[in-house]
Amino acid sequence: MKLRENDHVVGYAFAAPFILGFLLFIVYPVFSSLYYSFTNYNLLEAPSWVGFDNYAKMFTDDGKYAKSISVTLNYVLASVPLRLAFALGVAMLLNKAIAGIGLYRSAYYLPSLIGGSVAVSILWSQVFGDKGLVNSALGLIGIESSTSWIGNPGTALWTLIALSVWQFGSSMLIFLAGLKNIPKDYYEAASVDGANKVRQFFKITLPLLSPIILFNLIMQTISAFMTFTPAYIISRGEGGPLDETLLYSLYLYKRAFTFYEMGYASAMAWVALIAIGLVTLLIFQSSRYWVHYESKGDR
Amino acid sequence: MAISRRQWKTVFYHLLVGVLALGMIYPILWLVASSLKPNDEIFTTAYSLIPSTLQWSNYASGWAGFAGNSFGTFFKNSFIIVSLSTIGAVCSSALVAYAFSRIPFFGRGFWFGCMMLTLMLPRDVTIIPQYIMFSELGWLQSFKPLIVPQFLGIPFFIFLIMQFIRTVPADLDEAAKIDGCSKYGIFFKVILPLIVPAMMTSAIFSFYWTWEDFIHPLLYLNQPELYPVSLALKLFLDGESLNNWGGMFAMSTLSLVPVFVIFFIFQKYIVDGISTSGLKG
Repeated sequence: MKLRENDHVVGYAFAAPFILGFLLFIVYPVFSSLYYSFTNYNLLEAPSWVGFDNYAKMFTDDGKYAKSISVTLNYVLASVPLRLAFALGVAMLLNKAIAGIGLYRSAYYLPSLIGGSVAVSILWSQVFGDKGLVNSALGLIGIESSTSWIGNPGTALWTLIALSVWQFGSSMLIFLAGLKNIPKDYYEAASVDGANKVRQFFKITLPLLSPIILFNLIMQTISAFMTFTPAYIISRGEGGPLDETLLYSLYLYKRAFTFYEMGYASAMAWVALIAIGLVTLLIFQSSRYWVHYESKGDR
Repeated sequence: MAISRRQWKTVFYHLLVGVLALGMIYPILWLVASSLKPNDEIFTTAYSLIPSTLQWSNYASGWAGFAGNSFGTFFKNSFIIVSLSTIGAVCSSALVAYAFSRIPFFGRGFWFGCMMLTLMLPRDVTIIPQYIMFSELGWLQSFKPLIVPQFLGIPFFIFLIMQFIRTVPADLDEAAKIDGCSKYGIFFKVILPLIVPAMMTSAIFSFYWTWEDFIHPLLYLNQPELYPVSLALKLFLDGESLNNWGGMFAMSTLSLVPVFVIFFIFQKYIVDGISTSGLKG
């Protein structure tokens, strides 16, 4: 009995950093931001209670807010599926034991290693600039283009989506690990039974990878909703042209740290929290229709 | 000597995968090439990877920095922030991972659940109150808001190290206990030496994340002499420095050098880390 009590003390001693950090930097901030969301607060004067005003304003009287939601949804809905599709496709291409495969794997992974950096965002703004790599390469094959892909409202968001898709490498590595775990006999048995490659993909590969797809889908969706750095760098902190790259995080940052509307920005943060929570829940709920869990034997 | 169908397939495979791979890294090569081109050449022959002359002076003009703060200062700041953060993140995460995986204390399941929830918590919800908190503590314009929280355990690393501790047989703990080791002794003498690979992986990712971190320095630091490299690069896009393209490309390239060096040395840890835990890189 004495020994068990000892376990409690030692357990809390070892877990103390996390518990402290959790209470201080997660629980307290989450609830204080809920409180701020019902106030007007500019950091200089004490917060003043305004009830649901911030939320009401957000949904009825803020055109930029509606715009940032639509931009963010477009960004998430385009970049996440494309990124996962590329990750899975290339992982299948690379799931071979031949010479040089390690080199290829590194080449495909590198962009995702550096993709979040400011250097790459700067690079991207030059690649898609009016005299950048893309226009220059188009000129070589006879297509004269002098529009800035970054400055054109119709294409600006797509440059951000391209940047995100370009970083499919880490998802690819996770898929690759999953593919290696699928026993070869499954495919052999299937081809003996006359199933072609396409059928094998849908009947073996996809179902067996589905738990990994679920995991990737959730993590990538959350991080896509939170994308900030590339939008900030490429639009010079403005979210332009015509607010076409005003991702949710960027708009929240502007409200909070350019205009010092901490209450309004906190309300935005809580809407994001609830929305992302619901999306995650929805994905989890849907998973029972498409995620395949292998034999319950060992767990 | 006819080439067999099989060999054709191999050639075709390498052609496809190789060209795609080249396309993937082409922007990076372009960045490096542009960092060595004369300023007027960067955009006139943007498609080309080969500079007409090697313009090393781009590196000098970029390194000179802004208003008396050279990139020497920015790199120094980055190294201070990154090394302290990494030490803090890895050590604290190892302690917590041990508690969660080996000590049956009251409430363990609850705290573990909390940790898994924080893994999925969007950053936007906490940055504003954290900013207010740090400003009330008088920590703005210092590295403290960037470093101190790292000493309180990082959920991804806790999870990664826990996965690793699970592979250490519990018999080892038992044997050490019989030999008179306390829980502390077991951690430092038995577990710690065995989880070094997982701690390495965590350290590498901690390095990457803090090295690339942009939003937190942007919030907490606004004096250029405190800027880390990531934030300093932004200055190339501001106002009067806008025309130093060569310098901008040179310093962007330089900011990626530590990332590449670590990747090539520790590739195995990185690939294993991502494959087993789903860490994003």
